[in-house]
Amino acid sequence: MKALVWHGKEDIRCDTVSDPEIEDARDAIIKVSSCAICGSDLHLFHNYIPAMEPGDIVGHEMMGEVVEVGSGAKGALKKGDRIVVPFTIFCGECDQCKRGNFSVCERSNRNKAMADKVFGHTTAGLFGYTHLTGGYPGGQAEYMRVPFADKTHIKVPDTLSDEQVLFLGDIFPTGWQAAVNCEIEPTDTVAIWGCGPVGQMAIRSAVLLGAKQVVAIDCIPERLSMAEAGGAITINFETESVVERLNDLTSGKGPDKCIDAVGLESHVSMGQPDTILDRAKQMVMMESDRPHVLREMIYVCRPAGIISIAGVYGGLVDKIPMGPAMNKSLTFRMGQTHVNRWTDDLLRRIEEGQIDPSFVITHTAKLEDGPEMYKVFRNKQDGCIKVVLKP
Amino acid sequence: MTFIANAVQRSDNPRVQSTGPSSLDSSDRLARNLGWFSIGLGITQIVAARSLSRTLGIPESENLIRAFGAREIASGMLTLSLEKKAGLYSRIAGDALDLAVLSTAVKEDNPKRGNAAMALAMVAGVTLLDVAAALGVSRNNARDPHDERDYSDRSGFPKGVQAARRQAEDADEKPVKALSPPQTAFSGQRA
Repeated sequence: MKALVWHGKEDIRCDTVSDPEIEDARDAIIKVSSCAICGSDLHLFHNYIPAMEPGDIVGHEMMGEVVEVGSGAKGALKKGDRIVVPFTIFCGECDQCKRGNFSVCERSNRNKAMADKVFGHTTAGLFGYTHLTGGYPGGQAEYMRVPFADKTHIKVPDTLSDEQVLFLGDIFPTGWQAAVNCEIEPTDTVAIWGCGPVGQMAIRSAVLLGAKQVVAIDCIPERLSMAEAGGAITINFETESVVERLNDLTSGKGPDKCIDAVGLESHVSMGQPDTILDRAKQMVMMESDRPHVLREMIYVCRPAGIISIAGVYGGLVDKIPMGPAMNKSLTFRMGQTHVNRWTDDLLRRIEEGQIDPSFVITHTAKLEDGPEMYKVFRNKQDGCIKVVLKP
Repeated sequence: MTFIANAVQRSDNPRVQSTGPSSLDSSDRLARNLGWFSIGLGITQIVAARSLSRTLGIPESENLIRAFGAREIASGMLTLSLEKKAGLYSRIAGDALDLAVLSTAVKEDNPKRGNAAMALAMVAGVTLLDVAAALGVSRNNARDPHDERDYSDRSGFPKGVQAARRQAEDADEKPVKALSPPQTAFSGQRA
């Protein structure tokens, strides 16, 4: 089969690889009908996430048709079922899964010992990501094996298109969880850093959860126009001061809730010297992540506010102002998304026409064009915000 | 690469049978090769500064060659990083310095001027490669400033933003306590 394979920094190839097979009774194989390139795939593309290996099939936003089911998954799935696959693999039986904390499933990471050493405790297995999270082959491919398939799936009705439901596997529940973590009140101003796909979903989620005012921060005009379309007031950080504008919009009090939808690769700007220092340190491996957004959120967030982190961080960050954070009584919430905790509710909202997540798709391409689309997406060329690939 | 990929992968992961088109284009590859060349040359200049300076007939420039070696290593690291455009332009600036120093060595009273002339020609050739790589990398990764798209019609709310806000008010969306059990019981069996 054809699949997008990681071979090193900035080197993704469309290779021919052997077909996946059922390895465990709880496995299923899907024929991928649609998959997408995620912002966090760019962290792999840039080799910022440790423990990638040449030959890794990438991709963790995918859906398709079940073509083979292991004996242990037959009660839950059958051939022909149309499913979205959540990016977090979960067993549904461990203590964390029983609490709905699917992204920290205790059993699905097959490299548990490595994760225990690096993270302190294992987290869930993830598709198409680092070997720290299991090194499972991803879904930017024609076929994919789904471990723990009896649980790791979201069945979707034929009445909805791929484009409407594909993002249930990652970016929609990720934006949603980021907003839910904010415990939004009707009087709240929610500020969202980053208007990429997750930021766009977080904007819509904050609106649906009843925020009084949503403010979106980015520097790319088309992303800002899409954010504005979703009901956000926008701030272009290249042309205006984020701190001043946020304070203006909140009568000097600062946003009640702040969402980081940027993560470890925050924009490097001459106007923000800390971003230049972070980039230099990152280059010589003195720091793995660039946390400018975290610093800015801590500084501008209203005291007793909530900081919700949806953007992916990979390792170590420097110069986090813990003094202001502690003295301002800020609450931090973060984590990989517990996808299936939210998907029943989100699928209902799509079916009812409350939201149509397909708005974010700007480019659709063949799987073979995937390597080129990684660059188009990374360089934000051709108005690109979200790429869907069709194997 | 296929051999390496299959050698390091877990035995139960799919094997790469043949490799296809890469996201790396020719200018990326040229930049990568120039980055490694820069580091190799830099190490050589630091380690063998004395013999290089004598070969070029400029024994008084031994320390300068070492300094240039350090510069080559720094440029090489930058060229191998994601900031390869900056790395390549720093290499071009370095090439200009090299050319300036070597041109002073190509003079009548230098018995090794033949070596210096050959080095000058080599640096000129590498400069052309640096310029080609820098232009290619700049062109291929540039965002066209005139190619702005207007997505102001993409609200994502089929009934409009105001309807979404009204719905939130009418439904009196309760904030979900992040640390409480899931708002919606997980079934995994929907539809």
